[in-house]
Amino acid sequence: MAMRLEAVSPPSRFDFIRLEGFPFVPVFILVGLVVVAVFADVLAPHDPEVGRLALRFRPPFWQAGGSAEYLLGTDHLGRDVLSRLIFGARVSMVVGFTAVLFAGTVGTGLGIVSGYLGGWVDQVIMRVTDTWLALPALTFAIFLAAIVGPSEMNIVIILGAVYWTRYARVIRGEVLSLKEREFVRLAIVAGLSKRKIMVRHILPNVINSAIVLGTLMLGVVIVTEAALSFLGVGVPPPKPAWGLMLADGKKGLMVGYWWLTVLPGTCIVLMVLSANLLGDWLRVKLDPQLRQL
Amino acid sequence: MALLEAAGVSKHFQGRRGLFRDGGVVRAVDGVSFAIDGGQTLGVVGESGCGKTTTAKLVLGLEQPTGGGIQFEGRDLRALDSAGRRHYRKSVQAVFQDPYASLNPRMRVSAIIAEPLVTGETIAPVEVRQRVLHLLDLVGLPGRSADLFPHEFSGGQRQRIAIARALSSSPKLVVLDEPVSALDVSIRAQILNLLRDLQAQLGLSYLFIAHDLAAVAHMSHTIVVMYLGKVVESGDADTIVRAPRHPYTEALFSAALPSSPDDRRDEIVLSGEVPSPLRPPSGCHFHPRCPHAMARCKAHAPALMPVEGRLVACHLYGANGNSE
Amino acid sequence: MSPPALLELENLSTHYVSARGTRVVRAVDEVSLRVDAGETLGIVGESGSGKTTLALTILRLLPTAARVTSGKLMFEGEDLLTKSDGEMRRVRGKRIAMILQDPMASLNPLFTIGDQVAEPIRVHEGASRGAAWARAGELLKAVRIPAPQTRLHQHPHEMSGGMRQRIVGAIGISCGPRLLIADEPTTSLDLTIQAQYLSLLRELQRAHGLALIFITHNLGIVARMCDRLAVMYAGRVVEAGPVRDVFKAPVHPYTRALLNSIPRMSDRCQRLTAIDGQPPDLADMPAGCAFAPRCPSVVERCRVAAPPAVTSGDGRTVRCWLAMPGAGATNGGGAA
Repeated sequence: MAMRLEAVSPPSRFDFIRLEGFPFVPVFILVGLVVVAVFADVLAPHDPEVGRLALRFRPPFWQAGGSAEYLLGTDHLGRDVLSRLIFGARVSMVVGFTAVLFAGTVGTGLGIVSGYLGGWVDQVIMRVTDTWLALPALTFAIFLAAIVGPSEMNIVIILGAVYWTRYARVIRGEVLSLKEREFVRLAIVAGLSKRKIMVRHILPNVINSAIVLGTLMLGVVIVTEAALSFLGVGVPPPKPAWGLMLADGKKGLMVGYWWLTVLPGTCIVLMVLSANLLGDWLRVKLDPQLRQL
Repeated sequence: MALLEAAGVSKHFQGRRGLFRDGGVVRAVDGVSFAIDGGQTLGVVGESGCGKTTTAKLVLGLEQPTGGGIQFEGRDLRALDSAGRRHYRKSVQAVFQDPYASLNPRMRVSAIIAEPLVTGETIAPVEVRQRVLHLLDLVGLPGRSADLFPHEFSGGQRQRIAIARALSSSPKLVVLDEPVSALDVSIRAQILNLLRDLQAQLGLSYLFIAHDLAAVAHMSHTIVVMYLGKVVESGDADTIVRAPRHPYTEALFSAALPSSPDDRRDEIVLSGEVPSPLRPPSGCHFHPRCPHAMARCKAHAPALMPVEGRLVACHLYGANGNSE
Repeated sequence: MSPPALLELENLSTHYVSARGTRVVRAVDEVSLRVDAGETLGIVGESGSGKTTLALTILRLLPTAARVTSGKLMFEGEDLLTKSDGEMRRVRGKRIAMILQDPMASLNPLFTIGDQVAEPIRVHEGASRGAAWARAGELLKAVRIPAPQTRLHQHPHEMSGGMRQRIVGAIGISCGPRLLIADEPTTSLDLTIQAQYLSLLRELQRAHGLALIFITHNLGIVARMCDRLAVMYAGRVVEAGPVRDVFKAPVHPYTRALLNSIPRMSDRCQRLTAIDGQPPDLADMPAGCAFAPRCPSVVERCRVAAPPAVTSGDGRTVRCWLAMPGAGATNGGGAA
């Protein structure tokens, strides 16, 4: 019996690049930000944390009073804005990705356990999730930050702790429907233990959803981090964080020092928008692809 | 001794209790008995709500009976210890209806096929590979299929992979739940032939469930006809197909459509709908639709009695004064 | 002279074109058929055979990616392909009706049965709500729904699948169409309910002089219901003719293989004759006859060029090189 079997490739996670509508610009921006974050030491012209008071409030180079040495101007302590933005990218990226990873791991794990095992395990986890979700994220984060004190590590943990519930909810929903699929039934018939089924059959089939959710959560997490920093309970100074720069810069708005707020604000917008656009596109493209398989 | 024997098996589900509903009990499977011998096929026919899918789940251990018992190789399933359960899992496998949902899209074919074999055992990878290649050959797929992923295959090919998987632990019984319904007509014969060949080659027993009566009749040695959770007729396939005795079986076979325009069977068209399993009719469940219903049928449920070489549950035959 | 056909398709082709125009799928490929008044035509085919696309083409309900690229579609002497949207709207439901496989998808869960059955009557005949509902009640009685007056006020989810399918049938005949196209209407129904439904369809046909096109993959239904049959494969009609003749003496190897591959209850122990391979991928068709890769009687010529449709005097049409006069091969061999 003649059969045409080609390609040895699995349904590659990267096949989607060939799909239509691939959001090149958002991905380019995100990748660019990662590159900037990684190579911050090399790219930044000045030390972001040390400033010269004599040079404070210099405007960006295209305005009168600006210079090429401080391309995007200086802040109230004479620190180079461009360098702070570059290092701020690192902070945002690290905090953002780590927090999303943390929230994702915890949330996906609990979602799988809750969805697959059902019964009282499900009830307990879901009630905890419900209670958690009922708390407004930002307030909760501030509360936690006030307790444990602000530091970069703590912020990651706090953000992870606040946002894992979204994952748990979504992944649990997916698992509930996956559970009914015939290949899971067949795994039970084959004698696999519940643990093995969750790891070998359920997990690989929800990872794509977890990734999509991750890109969407990235934007949310970064905005929250910026808000925390803005309110003074985020990443502590003098470390440069975009939200912190916003907070510091707001005093200068009235006097016309617009670059102190607009520039970090734009960075936040760019990053969040790119993450959201990528996440949206992934959500539309990956899920129907999955169903076809 | 039969390979698998079900004696008076029941599975009752508690209906949902709501503010305005009192729940009630769904008797999905109600006092069903049958036996499967080694190397034989038992076919189960019936329409929606008859309980054939639940029966399959009971045999596979995906559900536990609420009454009666199932014995495999003489041992009751509920009395099995963990070694016994493991043995059962190796001995009884399944092939389900949807070839697109039966295979984990993220696993290679070799892993999918080997799974029942390697679960709970340590077998050298070389041996596993050999077995997988042998199984692929048995089901008519080329050896290089082993390294591919399910999405590279068509529906009929996927069903072959599912069959190979079901055979990997050298089971004695395979539950086939609508194995060809989701396949194109021209592919069905391929798969049915394959199943028959495998049965002859490996001495397999099948529990064959399908709504395609002709396919069931073609494949089965014995047939069980179910209606709303109860067995209405059971016995040798030839006997039943040639001359069905229960009015429902007659209607079912008449509805099964002729294979040629000259095949003018008496068309029996039943009135009414298939009743809801939540509110089955009293007495004989079939009486509202039965063209031969008598007064007694409404009051008393008939028991299975031997009639002309098979078992029939119908007041039309023999002295049957049993009550519910 | 024979009366003109009610519906006549001449070399009709419908192609799906991908967005960039690179891939063409010939879903319906030079199909010629005819249906006479009051007649039942069965269209048999598997997935990818084009039978549903054909039904949608007749009613001009194709999605935007599909285009009728050639042929004529004559209904009661008029070419439906030349009609405007507005004119087609007056045809659909009133002169040609269609019922589909999934009754749940055909009925709107939000509206009552009465509203849905009355709708085409109100649209096409401008009847008032009261008059249309009265007609709806009669229609429900005609499709043998018990207690029709109560049912009128109920919603689709309160009914069983079989009943819903009958309601869909009632909607179909509500405005007295001359032709009813039924696309796999019984596939989702239980066997005994299917028997009820088929008997109902036949009765409606007789009572209203309806012509019926019955699209199915089930040859048993064709044997019971249809006068003539057309077998489709990969978008083409490979064999057509009176049902009795085709069943008794199928000519095309696909028809023959199909008839032989179906398990028969009278014949339990015979090994089924399977067809090798699988249905073709319409986007990637081989040159020559579409069935050549799977045909047990294939010869070189089959792979080179697709055979034309040849109609013989007794109303039979076949697309097969081996069946051509002068081909020298067996003609009309019986079922193996």
